[in-house]
Amino acid sequence: MDKVTRRSFVTTVGAATVVPATALLSPIAHAAATPAKTPNTTEPPKTTYLFFNAAEVLFIEAACERLIPADESGPGALGAGVPNYLDKQLGGAWGAGERLYRSGPWLPGTPSQGYQLPFTPAELFHASLRVINRDLDAHGTPFHEMSAEAQDAFLKSLESGGHDLDGVPSAVFFAMLLQMSVEGFFSDPVYGGNRNMVAWRMIGFPGAYADYFEAIDRHNVKFEREPMSLAEDGHGHIHVQQDIPANL
Amino acid sequence: MQRLKEVDVVVIGVGMVGSIVAKELAAAGYKVVGLERGQARFTVPEFQSPAIHDELRFDIRKALMQDNTREPVTFRNQGSQVALPVRRWESFLPGTGLGGSMVHWNGQTYRFQATDFQLATRTRERYGKKFLDPEVTIQDWGVTYDELEPHYDRFEYLLGTSGKAGNIKGQIQAGGDPHESPRSREYPTPPQKEHFQGAMFRTAANSLGYHPFPQPSSNLSQPYTNPEGIKLNACVFCGFCERYACEHYAKSVPQTVILPVLLANPNFELRTGCQVQRINLDSTKKHATGVTYIDAVGRELEQPASLVITSTFAINNIRMLLLSGIGAPYDPATGRGVVGRNYAYQTMSTVASFFDENVIINPFMASGASGTLVNDFAGDNFDHSGLGFIGGAFIGAVNTNGRPIEYHPVPPGTPAWGKGWKQAVIKHYNHTVMFSCHGSSVSQRQNYCDLDPTYRDAWGQPVLRITFDFPPNDIKMAAHVTAKAVEIGKAMGAKQVAGSPRKGPYTVTQYQTTHNTGGTVMGDDPKTSVVNRYLQSWDVPNVFVIGASNYPQNASWNPTGTLGALTYWAIDALKNKYLKNPGRLVPA
Repeated sequence: MDKVTRRSFVTTVGAATVVPATALLSPIAHAAATPAKTPNTTEPPKTTYLFFNAAEVLFIEAACERLIPADESGPGALGAGVPNYLDKQLGGAWGAGERLYRSGPWLPGTPSQGYQLPFTPAELFHASLRVINRDLDAHGTPFHEMSAEAQDAFLKSLESGGHDLDGVPSAVFFAMLLQMSVEGFFSDPVYGGNRNMVAWRMIGFPGAYADYFEAIDRHNVKFEREPMSLAEDGHGHIHVQQDIPANL
Repeated sequence: MQRLKEVDVVVIGVGMVGSIVAKELAAAGYKVVGLERGQARFTVPEFQSPAIHDELRFDIRKALMQDNTREPVTFRNQGSQVALPVRRWESFLPGTGLGGSMVHWNGQTYRFQATDFQLATRTRERYGKKFLDPEVTIQDWGVTYDELEPHYDRFEYLLGTSGKAGNIKGQIQAGGDPHESPRSREYPTPPQKEHFQGAMFRTAANSLGYHPFPQPSSNLSQPYTNPEGIKLNACVFCGFCERYACEHYAKSVPQTVILPVLLANPNFELRTGCQVQRINLDSTKKHATGVTYIDAVGRELEQPASLVITSTFAINNIRMLLLSGIGAPYDPATGRGVVGRNYAYQTMSTVASFFDENVIINPFMASGASGTLVNDFAGDNFDHSGLGFIGGAFIGAVNTNGRPIEYHPVPPGTPAWGKGWKQAVIKHYNHTVMFSCHGSSVSQRQNYCDLDPTYRDAWGQPVLRITFDFPPNDIKMAAHVTAKAVEIGKAMGAKQVAGSPRKGPYTVTQYQTTHNTGGTVMGDDPKTSVVNRYLQSWDVPNVFVIGASNYPQNASWNPTGTLGALTYWAIDALKNKYLKNPGRLVPA
């Protein structure tokens, strides 16, 4: 798996970038202790896939990296651990239909009525990926072996809704894949993506930081602090005040 | 079914309204039971960091919201369509649990203007009888601003709202909103610090001759002790406000302004995990005997009470009356009936102003209610002659956060993914100013709520069916005001300004606002209102309904301030009129 992961990553990064792959694959470990300026030369932690099967992994890793590619600005979805995020979300409560009303009857509805399929996210991914991989195996090149341009064209064809993926309109699958990839890229690293807060560093979001009282009216000044993950307790204390009852 | 010991008052829903009503009536000596469907929760330990600063859990997964897997709503744009379940919350986000939706509010604390309460009369007088689309069903509230003013004042002092008055007893105040209706005194605390977006907006709005002022915020600018004796802290602009609970005791919510007093009163009993099924009526159907609820372990219980107050989120108030058979359900075909009538919303538009990289916005430094706005295009503050619509919107640089899963603005034409998208996100994240155009919503004949014929909740009861689309009036309003906002963006010197005026059809797939209004509207005529001017049911006088469901239509501002005023207004009538001599407060 490692080998394939690395291969699809290199394929999508290609020769166009001048950033060494090792720099893009910075590890999640010891985010607090590791200053951002210190280059990391170690391999990323291996993703142990609990939800996606081997064929699905090949597609997901390659597809996520096209949605959010590595470039001169830094790692893409793969380097940030987005496939790991997807795997853990789809294998958990979210995949099982957390916060999704699941009773019928089932009707297609109008676009303004939103998602109306009986599939949970887990079912939707499995159903869609089965058809995608089956069709590509039968008629062409597996997705992870395509050129970046061909991959983009294939993803656009999914996005435009041209395929029926065993009951799932491909546009619905694509939209969920894109939404979850963005989530995995930008959510707190405790969820398994955004490794070492790479996405936050790229845009300058400080994360779970809690106090800008002194900074807010110092206008047009860049906030130069290391981002903070939920994994760090930025306060180290609980806001108990003697004269404010905590509860009753 | 077990029948419990009778109490004086049962309150359905212990959110903002329920907490305030229960506190006042318990303090007046009445035995009050509060039935809350969700769980108890407090600033410590439930709202504490670091866990509370989790965008995925609270923004995206909607952790604090009504459990839509057990209690959804259905929706359609038109009565000719089949309503389908809103299978995921997106467009609006009703909360659940002790403290209700206010726990996850932004603290934007406005008053409506005097003209809003007499909107139908005012529109006729100023623009003539034929100005309005005949489908529009706006009406007067049955209460005036002057009557509500002391109650607005009391509510703002309960919260400690931070702001700058624009009009104190008719005297215009520099730095405040000159369009506001007269207030009796200054805000309890001064405005919050102004963030960079707010300052840029202020300069641009001034240059165009508008009247910018700081947004009234119930995320407090300084420590405050409210009239209940409860202390709050100053807000630190953490940027995790809306959809989150506040860890800092700085956002005014029931937990920080009133629950400690209420829960200490032995006349009050809080029961959580209690799903009220209906308000029970006697054989005359004119008198309520109490409520039936299912408790946290599934037992069905009857709680007899002399007075029932339903104080749930707007859409749930409508459903409670429909499930209980209180008031005639509205029929859009005939225009008869009242419950579910005049459901309205809020017409939200946005404007994004993109700057060069030397303009550093730091969007993540914000409170839920920091920022600067103008009311020059809100309500009836401008002449609508010839415009073909009524209403308006406040325009403000009132961005609440920079949480990146949701907030990563890119200019129009940017690819939705790939390298182009990624680079645009990086380029614009910290160099973009967002305006909100927070627009009014007229009620209209075909927009209403009733019980769904097909879908059921987890307790086997019909769910609420919402039939709603944006009235043409409001689409025109959004286009007009958004164009004005784009001009302000250009006056800020932005490289590119992108206005997104709200367009139809209304969709439940995109977050807009949780300002659902109407459906149990107040008024002077039982043919067009569910409750009288004191929020007492016309049909069952020992039932009071308090919520934004009382609004006959929605105005240009966030609804919570007005709901707080209505709550104290109703409490005044309860304590000083109804409870002394129970019966109709207004002849039907």
